[in-house]
Amino acid sequence: MSRQQLKFVIVGHVDHGKSTLIGRLLYDTNSLLDGKMAEIQKISSGLGRETEFAYLLDHLEEERQQGITIDTTQVFFKTDKRQYVIIDAPGHVEFVKNMITGASQADAAVLIVDVVDGVKEQTKRHSYMLSMLGLRQVIVVINKMDLTDYSAARFDSVRQDVQQWLNSINIEPITYIPIAAVKGDNIAIKAEHMPWYLGPTFLESLDSLKVTPPSEAKPVLLPIQDVYKVGDKRINAGRVETGFIEKNSLIKILPSGQITTVKSIEKFLKDTDKAVAGECIGFTTSDSVFLERGDIICTAGKEPTLTDTIRANIFWMSKQDFAKNQKLTIRCATQETSCRIENIHKRVDSSTLDVIEQDGDILKNLEVGQVTIKTKKPLAVKDFNDVQELGRFVLVKDCNICAGGIVTNGCYGNE
Amino acid sequence: MERNFSHLDTLENQSIFIIREAYCQFRKVALLWSIGKDSTCLLWLTRKAFFGAIPFPVVHIDTTYKFKEIYEFRDRYAREWGLNLIVAKNEEAIAKGIGPASSKFTCCTELKTIALKQAIARYGFRALYLAIRRDEHGIRAKERVFSPRDEDFEWDYKNQPMEMWDQYKTKAADEEHLRIHPILGWREIDVWEYIQRENIPIVSLYLAKNKKRFRSIGCETCCKPVDSEADTIDKIVDELRTSKVSERSGRAQDKESDYMMQKLRALGYM
Repeated sequence: MSRQQLKFVIVGHVDHGKSTLIGRLLYDTNSLLDGKMAEIQKISSGLGRETEFAYLLDHLEEERQQGITIDTTQVFFKTDKRQYVIIDAPGHVEFVKNMITGASQADAAVLIVDVVDGVKEQTKRHSYMLSMLGLRQVIVVINKMDLTDYSAARFDSVRQDVQQWLNSINIEPITYIPIAAVKGDNIAIKAEHMPWYLGPTFLESLDSLKVTPPSEAKPVLLPIQDVYKVGDKRINAGRVETGFIEKNSLIKILPSGQITTVKSIEKFLKDTDKAVAGECIGFTTSDSVFLERGDIICTAGKEPTLTDTIRANIFWMSKQDFAKNQKLTIRCATQETSCRIENIHKRVDSSTLDVIEQDGDILKNLEVGQVTIKTKKPLAVKDFNDVQELGRFVLVKDCNICAGGIVTNGCYGNE
Repeated sequence: MERNFSHLDTLENQSIFIIREAYCQFRKVALLWSIGKDSTCLLWLTRKAFFGAIPFPVVHIDTTYKFKEIYEFRDRYAREWGLNLIVAKNEEAIAKGIGPASSKFTCCTELKTIALKQAIARYGFRALYLAIRRDEHGIRAKERVFSPRDEDFEWDYKNQPMEMWDQYKTKAADEEHLRIHPILGWREIDVWEYIQRENIPIVSLYLAKNKKRFRSIGCETCCKPVDSEADTIDKIVDELRTSKVSERSGRAQDKESDYMMQKLRALGYM
């Protein structure tokens, strides 16, 4: 039986060595296909460069010519312990939305910091985004140790800077590792040059990360995706997000508040009476209730909050400023309705945490806002720290996602 | 507590979720079935998503240069699975004699990309399901799950939409159609392990005969077999656990120049 894959994203400032680290990891774990290194050498020399590990990931012609990563990519490798998916994220401020696209799919994150350059704008912004996305497992690697003569003092000083920042955004990293990605020091093999470092190699540290499965222990939440008529059955389709659902269980439907019983659990070519968190299923009900997309199935007494007023932190990711009271679409799980941001309590600079303005009227690209959202139809939501699946949402404008947000109802702290 | 939920279960559920999301949003959709292992696997997942009754057509872009085994397989399972099969060809280009003897770039563009454009125009599809995977090619690794194409079918890979938390793009007016990639995160070995677990029928070309088998199939003229003794699905899975040869090493369109795949895809190639 294949074990669960672990997905991790590598983030950090531009040129701090993300793509090189990944290239090194693939090379050291013997994950490259035959001929791949030769192809990379050929392309590198064609562009008049030394062999560039980064080209293993930077596949777009523009990326190679300009020596930058434009879009997020995913590659695979394995250790003796398990399978990994590495999500590479671009470090340029231009491409933060691509970084978030990548990071939102990860189980864990690696923050890379150049020991010479130190903590930079994207070091801070990216890690702040990790914290907003709810990524709690973070490994910090301090790269390019070869350029400081493997100095323990220099490592400690950068480590302290990073630690100070991460403390301020509630991230407690698992470990800090001094590495030289170019040379392979402390990646798969312990570096000879850093006898002062007694911690794990990067690979060992990865193997200690955990995959968090969707929670079966929580009360059931099942957002309806769609309803199909198959033969004479009306099948309600959706994914069990938390908990489980079984034949004959009593369920409550939001927003209508109706209560009914599960008549059958439907899976193609499979007879089953129960479905657990993570499963995409269909089910029929014993009463002829008409469900539709966006309805939330839950347990009576353990319902999520049904509200048209949502307190949230959002990060704005559109080059067009957001102006208060502009109409947007909010999507939370399969729920969708139009909304307005009624109040922007605080505008926060995502790379410094400085409050730009209290009670503002706009949000600019890359700013974080503490806001109150008023929705047209009520939505079933949970606090993000309680149930992520109903505690996160996106805002859509002109058919594009322009912001991500997390519900903070009831946990604002000192305002 | 270790859940009784395998890696394949995770992949399967994620794919079914995506398949249902796209159908819910677009309704006028179609699945591109090349009859290869990946799109047959996608077809299987789609049957599961809709409880055996796929509510939209399955399109085969037929260059007329496919292996005869592919045609036989197509017709048999289209019948057995009750598919609404559409066979799309660029008749004009075929009449003009465009084929593998022309440049590979021209042949792929005319007989695949243009044939696809014609089918979309004719049937008015708003979104297409495709079975591409990130691990096939570095360019495909950069793809989104919902990937827009403009009116010229171009893929604006420098400005791709955001995707997060299973929330995908909706279609804008100036976009021709969206490409939906439900198995983007699967690896080649995942596909084979799933075929093995689910007992999904596949074209016999994948199984070794006389110590040769195809790892990737398309047009007979542009596919070469690889050395292999894997004549059963179990042996293929074993072989892939250790292989370091690229899956598409037998495919001509990946070879002509470093960026041919990027250029083909920018024009609307799959």
